[in-house]
Amino acid sequence: DNEEDSEGEGDKKKRGKTVSKKEKEQQNKEKKGNVKGKAGQSKGGEKDKKKKNGSSSSSSGSDDESLSEGEMEALKEQVEEKKKLVATLRNKPWRMKRRLDVLKEAQDFVEKFEGALGKGKGRRLYAFKVMMAKVLMGLPYGTIARKTVPRAEQDTAMDYSVLFDFEEQIFFFMFSPQGYCKYSILFYGFYNNEKQIGLLKFRLPLSYLLVGVGIFGYSLMVVIRTMARNANEGGDGADEGDFTFSWKMFTSWDYLIGNPETADNKYASITTSFKESIVDEQENQKDENIHLRRFLRVLANFLILCCLGGSGYLIYFVVKRSQDFADMDNADLSWFEKNEVEFVMSLLGLVCPPLFETIAELEDYHPRIALKWQLARIFALFLGNLYTFLFALFDEVNEKLEREKIIKNETELALAHYYANYSSFYNTTDVPPPNVHPADAIRGPCWETGVGIEFVKLIVSDVQVSYLTILIGDFLRAVIVRFLNYCWCWDLEAGFPSYGEFDISGNVLGLIFNQGMIWMGAFYAPGLVGVNLLRLLSSMYYQCWAVMSCNVPHERVFKASRSNNFYMGLLLLVLFLSLLPVVYTIMTLSPSFDCGPFSGQEKMYDVVMQAIDQDLPAFIGNIFTYATNPGLIIPGVLLMVLALYYLNAVSEGYQQANTDLKKKMQAARDEEKNRRNNKDSTNQVMKDLEDLLPNKSLIPRPIEEEPPLDVEKVSKPTKTKPGSSGNGVNLQKEVSLAAPNPRGPVTHGPGPRGGPPLNTRGPQPGPARGRGRGGHPRR
Amino acid sequence: MGNKQTIFTDEQLHGRYHELAPHLVPMDYTNEPDCKVPLSLIVNMPELKENPFRNRIVESFSEGGDGNLSFNEFVDMFSVLSEMAPRELKAIYAFKIYDFNVDNFLCKEDLEKTLNRLTKEELTPEEVELVCDKTIEEADLDGDNKLSFADFENMISRAPDFLSTFHIRI
Repeated sequence: DNEEDSEGEGDKKKRGKTVSKKEKEQQNKEKKGNVKGKAGQSKGGEKDKKKKNGSSSSSSGSDDESLSEGEMEALKEQVEEKKKLVATLRNKPWRMKRRLDVLKEAQDFVEKFEGALGKGKGRRLYAFKVMMAKVLMGLPYGTIARKTVPRAEQDTAMDYSVLFDFEEQIFFFMFSPQGYCKYSILFYGFYNNEKQIGLLKFRLPLSYLLVGVGIFGYSLMVVIRTMARNANEGGDGADEGDFTFSWKMFTSWDYLIGNPETADNKYASITTSFKESIVDEQENQKDENIHLRRFLRVLANFLILCCLGGSGYLIYFVVKRSQDFADMDNADLSWFEKNEVEFVMSLLGLVCPPLFETIAELEDYHPRIALKWQLARIFALFLGNLYTFLFALFDEVNEKLEREKIIKNETELALAHYYANYSSFYNTTDVPPPNVHPADAIRGPCWETGVGIEFVKLIVSDVQVSYLTILIGDFLRAVIVRFLNYCWCWDLEAGFPSYGEFDISGNVLGLIFNQGMIWMGAFYAPGLVGVNLLRLLSSMYYQCWAVMSCNVPHERVFKASRSNNFYMGLLLLVLFLSLLPVVYTIMTLSPSFDCGPFSGQEKMYDVVMQAIDQDLPAFIGNIFTYATNPGLIIPGVLLMVLALYYLNAVSEGYQQANTDLKKKMQAARDEEKNRRNNKDSTNQVMKDLEDLLPNKSLIPRPIEEEPPLDVEKVSKPTKTKPGSSGNGVNLQKEVSLAAPNPRGPVTHGPGPRGGPPLNTRGPQPGPARGRGRGGHPRR
Repeated sequence: MGNKQTIFTDEQLHGRYHELAPHLVPMDYTNEPDCKVPLSLIVNMPELKENPFRNRIVESFSEGGDGNLSFNEFVDMFSVLSEMAPRELKAIYAFKIYDFNVDNFLCKEDLEKTLNRLTKEELTPEEVELVCDKTIEEADLDGDNKLSFADFENMISRAPDFLSTFHIRI
């Protein structure tokens, strides 16, 4: 590196002819001083740059004539080189004074010579570079990616039903999506089945179907893309378990903390984190009664299965009851009975998770594993409940379809009668349509709206339950603990009940489930998406306030998933599961005959068929016919399966190549360190070998003297596992597979190398390594 | 939150330096006076007040290790701790900061001191011992039971949080 303090100042004054390259390097390096933090000079930071940029070329004029072409070229090159080097001035751990001196000299020099090079062209370029840098650094650091909320917004963006009549929403708010709401645009039943409406001939039914299906497709794409992106950020190769304690020790304190309360919290969380790791470490060494543990775990799982079964049955029972209620007169039912199903579901969602946690204490798992089990169980609970609910709903739908047939027959009969009477009475064939007020016309039970209503009720009750829980479980509890503490026998804050904890994983799961319900219900109640958006906004502010005022940080500091991919995986699963009922109903059930955009069709997707037949050119219809031929679809599916297999194999190959490269890098790094350390071999086996061998120089030994090690290593030429092989001998760079590496133990530093044979085989491999790198042999 | 300014005019930084010890620090720096603000005043800056390593930080940037910073050293300190400083530079200074006995190694005593500062001595001695042993075991490559700079650098270069936590904004 350059010892810049000794540069010849005198040289700078010369016309560049005898300026040595090295000196130019130093000087230009200093000149390009990035002035962040170097504002201590008499010139300020920004002023500095401006000065360099904009100062006149007065000093350059006189220099021009005396430089020849070749010298100019040489100068230019050197100036460029130094500029690059100057950019690394920041990296030097020099004292401020040194850097400043160096910088000052450089500035003087370059101002003189850069003018000679190109009448300020270089300066302008430099100015540009500097301004670019300024712009880049001024930009904000980067926005934090939001992972779940945007989806709801995207759904709304795709949905066109944004008109809201607020009077109807008041009814909605009074917990009953009956009444006016039922017939609002909130629900499926409102939409007419006219093929095209309005001035723009907007094809309502077709777009309804396409948007409904498109929502799923788009959500799928977004989720998978996010997961793929997260997978890339999964790490740069350092195993997470490698440096747990070291990283905790040196990188856990956040130097930005300036607030005493935050600092206290941080101390507490660091302590907890260390304790967790200590427990972690001790658990690995624990060895208890395996049989008892297994028995307890089986017992716990059995109990939990019972809970799940019980909750499923409860929901089924309640839904069946609600169908009976629906047959009774609406006025006789209490409010609770009307909304029974949804409240039961929400209550189960509230009561079961703590129950699971208590039972799970029997299992005695490692906390992170226990957390994953807990999340899986809550997920199973949600799924079980939802699908039971759906099945019960399905029965209802079938019932409605039956009723609809009857009504349809009746209506047709009535119409026929009307026409017959009319024509016979007036003796014409031109019969005007019956003069019936729309409100009086017989309406079939619109099963789609019924389904939509159920989902909306579900969401609403979910919202109510969660808000109430926060209000009572967190806020009221905090108030009681805080104020009753003065006159209570034991310390309420430290012992029971203390303040509520903010459960991150529980809340994330709640968001995922909410999204699942939206996906399911959006097809039948398009307004649901907008409603949910409002709910999310309000709940965000509400929970924000609640957390800040009444919650304490969670005890467990670790996360279930490092990169959120665990939760994204759950979201993907939920998406698929929500897709199924909707697609099933589109394909199998016939739409109601008198409500909704598909009324009159045999199946909902018939609108698409019609559109293809009637509105698109003929050849597209032909294409679709061919495309749906099984003879074409099955080979297509086969092809996709093969492509999947191939891509999987390729990706595995890349992973393997990655691991190999990492190992090579590790080996190269070790070699570098070893050369720096100049230490004796620390490996016992190598030491013994050393003693045995007559000659302790660097000259490579004849191969015969180290057959055992050679054979062992040559057999695995490309797999180097530094530190984890039994004797810890390190295999450095393999120059050729044929020739084994000489492996003499290094007893002196890397002094004069041995003769040619050594050089052709590559650099001297390092001696055995100590422990603590890569995989721990003990683990 | 906070401003993202990373380029300062000399007035701003000088202003901060001056207000630490107004009677000591001259306003006019053109003659490059040689004055140093004592350690006790610097560690009371709001940016450093709550930091458990504030003394060590200031000492690492002072020339004689006594913690009294001249203006250049002051600027140097905040420059290294800023967002824009390169990782290698930060690693060098981090090593200096955690090296309490200034012997160019992170020995067990240094680690114990670091840990006690981090946890405010809430851990039992056995736990402290376990953590320090594990740390040395993880990071020590040359087997001398203490961490040299090479060991430290190797470990810290893989740490995902190092750059974001070893950062002070002024």
